[in-house]
Amino acid sequence: MIPTPDLSHLKKTDYDNVYEPAEDTFLLLDALEEDAEELKAMQPRLCLEVGSGSGCVSSFMGSILGAATSLYLTTDINSFASRCTSRTGTQNKIPIDSVTTSLVSSLLPRIQRAVDVLIFNPPYVPTYTSEAQEAQDGRDIRGAWAGGINGMQVTDMLLEHVEDLLSSNGRFYLVAVKENNISELQQRMRQQYDLESKIVLQRKAGREHLHVIRFSRS
Amino acid sequence: MVRLITHNLLACHAKGCTTNNFPLQFKDVSIELREAEFNPEFLKGFMPRIEWKALVDAARQLGDTTLPSEMPEMVDDEFLKNLHHALLEVHVEEGAMVCPNCNHVYPVSNGIPNMLLAEHEIA
Repeated sequence: MIPTPDLSHLKKTDYDNVYEPAEDTFLLLDALEEDAEELKAMQPRLCLEVGSGSGCVSSFMGSILGAATSLYLTTDINSFASRCTSRTGTQNKIPIDSVTTSLVSSLLPRIQRAVDVLIFNPPYVPTYTSEAQEAQDGRDIRGAWAGGINGMQVTDMLLEHVEDLLSSNGRFYLVAVKENNISELQQRMRQQYDLESKIVLQRKAGREHLHVIRFSRS
Repeated sequence: MVRLITHNLLACHAKGCTTNNFPLQFKDVSIELREAEFNPEFLKGFMPRIEWKALVDAARQLGDTTLPSEMPEMVDDEFLKNLHHALLEVHVEEGAMVCPNCNHVYPVSNGIPNMLLAEHEIA
């Protein structure tokens, strides 16, 4: 049993600006924990979490693998989130290198085929297109959930790059909900990028039917 | 944290800036040294992903001259300890990183680089 990261340093005022870990976060932690032995055996050297928010997930990855086993690199478009991610790493004794940027911008050319574990818990809630766009442009907490058409507007932008990013035995964990048309998404990634995928965990939480999908090269 | 391991992965991504946009140059930086756990296996595993010249130049810019100009073929313990220090223990806390091509300035605050671009600068 790997303990859930200590988030006691984050206060209500932090959660005014940064997404507070919720059922989707915990499902992702559970999925990573189920894969813990496989992940350790891979000896990842570069773990990248996109949209790291509170930093809970990357701290948890660090607890699974060990603080000095991998580089834990994170990005978030919301600078408050970058700061929380960094603080959560410190609180849990996991060095996290947090970068404020959109998705993988500024990193992409240098991390091609270099990412061993890629993680994205995206804004997956279906909204109007304009709402998702404004949320990303606003670079604030709304960007943590507003997902545009089918909730896929932001996810789709990262999916374009996943195959470029993954190392030869790299894997990608994505959180999705039923409204994201998961089987279509899986089929598209197989046909366009030759990436295999598997739903590793799913759970109903209130109105959301949450999934964690794991992609890897076939 | 902007450690040299992360600096080694960041390139300018402003609109139209596609050549000579790496590595970013440090400007007016304050640094802190913080001890990190030494793991030679991690260093050996990460070495193929490092742009060596960029690392050596950045380390020298911050006053660390222990790394050889060429990545050695044989690694010994002394080399790995120097690499460990340069990559993982030097933290750029405040200042900026400047693109050598288009001079775009990316600020660093509380150890976090802000790579966001204004709307008209996005490619």
